[in-house]
Amino acid sequence: MKRLESNLRNMALSLTIVALAAAALLGGLYTLTKEPIDKQKAEKQQKAILSVLPVIDGMEIAEPVAGDGIIIYSASKDGQLVGSAVQTEENGFGGKFKVMVGFDAEGNIAGYEVLEHQETPGLGDHMTEWFKNADKEHQNIIGKSPATTKFEVSKDGGEVDAITAATISSRAFLKAVQKAYDAAIAANNKVDAASSATAITEKAEAQEWADAADKSQNPENVKPVKEESHE
Amino acid sequence: MNKSLSTFTNGLLRENPTFVLVLGMCPTLATTTSAINGMSMGLATMFVLVCSNIVISLLRNLIPDKVHIPAYIVVIASFVTMVQLLMQAYLPAIYETLGLFIPLIVVNCIVLGRAEAFAAKNGVGLSALDGLGMGLGFTCALTVLGAVRELLGSGACFGVHLYPDNYGMLIFVLAPGAFIALAYLMAVVNKLRK
Repeated sequence: MKRLESNLRNMALSLTIVALAAAALLGGLYTLTKEPIDKQKAEKQQKAILSVLPVIDGMEIAEPVAGDGIIIYSASKDGQLVGSAVQTEENGFGGKFKVMVGFDAEGNIAGYEVLEHQETPGLGDHMTEWFKNADKEHQNIIGKSPATTKFEVSKDGGEVDAITAATISSRAFLKAVQKAYDAAIAANNKVDAASSATAITEKAEAQEWADAADKSQNPENVKPVKEESHE
Repeated sequence: MNKSLSTFTNGLLRENPTFVLVLGMCPTLATTTSAINGMSMGLATMFVLVCSNIVISLLRNLIPDKVHIPAYIVVIASFVTMVQLLMQAYLPAIYETLGLFIPLIVVNCIVLGRAEAFAAKNGVGLSALDGLGMGLGFTCALTVLGAVRELLGSGACFGVHLYPDNYGMLIFVLAPGAFIALAYLMAVVNKLRK
């Protein structure tokens, strides 16, 4: 068979048919794969939330509160806040990265998970593990709170060691954690303000979190205090 | 029989797309930070190459000369999008590492190059074999390059650590290392071909 002649009719017809066939095929495949793709994304999100929160049986995760690039998932048990997972984004060395930071009831960092990043492989991408290293006191941020520890790299006068040869990534990472903490406090504040209708400064709020932790350790104290605040 | 065999082996060494034709350098340099990344990129490209070669060979007489490039690009882009959707759905981990480079297979010179130079002139069987050979050549090249960079840069091979990564030469994980490793591998391949 000879190749079709390049006249207008043939050209328009062949291109249209090729494009239509491609569109139909892709449309079909898109519908087929939409469900698994969405499931993957939701699963990943869920896994990240659970992995950064303290492990407590029977805790419930509230509907996320989103705003300004920050998403907050608060976890509670029997109406008591036991922790929150906060997703924030920050500009790193290679573009925006997303990180999920988990806090326990006292506002200490329970864990973190880098969700997306474009940091340099071998340098900045160490951030996924670097700040979790329990053997290195000045690297580890798990169990610490931005209220008591200065979350800046030691080069800038902070108390956390930066990733070797990736100071910019480390700075951005700590900034993201700080942002997550501030957002968690602000969210906590709002809940408190709604229930007790008293203005609380940020510092006092950190104290509040510590009190909340004491309460959760002695559950019998919880009720009277709570009722008081309601009155 | 002989012709199909030589068509198939053509891409492996004699006209290896990476080391001899030096086509598709962007994914070659950017995705080969580890052996497994290189291999996945190679396999994704191979899939697109075989499928697009088959379809273009089938359509070669139905597409007028003056519009063949847009038609081929549509065919190639469709297969790339298919790979992208399937990977996203069933291989999310690999999809995340390769990320941007999957859509860029569309403009990979090897794919369009083979469509133009081979599939548009040959039958379906031969075109499929050509795609398979070229794809395998590309996959092997990327895997070897990835393995070398991973071994020198982070002390591992296919993710298995052979020595602590503190001793690795970091430059091999970064872009300059890709050029250095590629150059040495090209030299070796040139020596082998002679």
